Amino acid sequence: MKKEEALLAYVLRLGDNALILAQRMVELVAAYPELEEELANANFALDYLGQARMFYSYAGELEGAGRSEDDFAFLREEREYRNFLLIEQPNGHFGDTITKLVLFESFYLLQLEALTKFSDTRVAEIAARAEKEIRYHLRHNAQWLIRLGDGTEKSHNRVQASIDNLWRYTGELFAADEIDNAIQSEYDGPSLDSIQKTWRDNVAAIFAEAKLVLPEDQWMDSGGKQGRHSEHLGYIIAEMQYLQRTHPGATW
Amino acid sequence: MNDKEWPLYEVFIRSKSGLSHRHAGSIHAADDQMALDHARDTYTRRTEGVSIWVVRSSQIVASDPAETSAFFEPAEDKIYRHPTFYDIPDGVENL
Repeated sequence: MKKEEALLAYVLRLGDNALILAQRMVELVAAYPELEEELANANFALDYLGQARMFYSYAGELEGAGRSEDDFAFLREEREYRNFLLIEQPNGHFGDTITKLVLFESFYLLQLEALTKFSDTRVAEIAARAEKEIRYHLRHNAQWLIRLGDGTEKSHNRVQASIDNLWRYTGELFAADEIDNAIQSEYDGPSLDSIQKTWRDNVAAIFAEAKLVLPEDQWMDSGGKQGRHSEHLGYIIAEMQYLQRTHPGATW
Repeated sequence: MNDKEWPLYEVFIRSKSGLSHRHAGSIHAADDQMALDHARDTYTRRTEGVSIWVVRSSQIVASDPAETSAFFEPAEDKIYRHPTFYDIPDGVENL
């Protein structure tokens, strides 16, 4: 695989994670139980949307075929999206959402930290900006996980079940393929092995404070990074792309 | 279901270094840490601040509106307490 192809694919993966997560969070807008958390969720979703835009714009420049950020977001098909399976899982109840975000953001923050030292400066600059946003998200969401885990018996049991259900999607985060390997060797990219160790320690520390149990090693689902998605992504994309598909080229 | 509302907190924001914290509004939160997060998410979305204070509304001791006359009116006719006999130098903005 050529170095330049790996970079384009990698930047698109970063954009896809951010966009699909933003879309999932937007589903919750106007559905939060508290006004202040409602605002926080909408802020966070917009942070992700902003990151997706920066990654897609740069992907368009790298590709050099005249595709814009909107083309990447609205005019690709399901299998062209390379986000993690974890990202596209349904929001479920509040504990499911918080668990999903803590598991992903514990990874994403480490990924972004590593990318600030990336040899491609545009990616490093985007990562430096995104890192600050995600550091706050994780702080906020980890506190919620601790509240729920160390809360009532009911909240504890529900959020432990969320963890047990979502755990099998975490293996994919660290399963390096040829794109990850090229990124690491050609661009001083993140080592997924070392990120995994730190991730596990950090997640274990949050779980310990939340009195939650780290699931045992188990079979892990995968495929999102290669475009093989769960049944959920199609619905997300159908809703997200509806307007551009129905009224091609529509703008504000 | 717990239908009790979270306690109310008052939010004070310092807009830039050197200025004092000003009352920005109030928010609900379950505890102090969450109050700080909610204040950040509610009142500093447009870079309004560099520092936040939150305090439980119930912890604030306020003057009694019924005592307004005894509290404040005696100061009204004592103009010699105002530094109005000085000229403020040009370029001093935050006095």
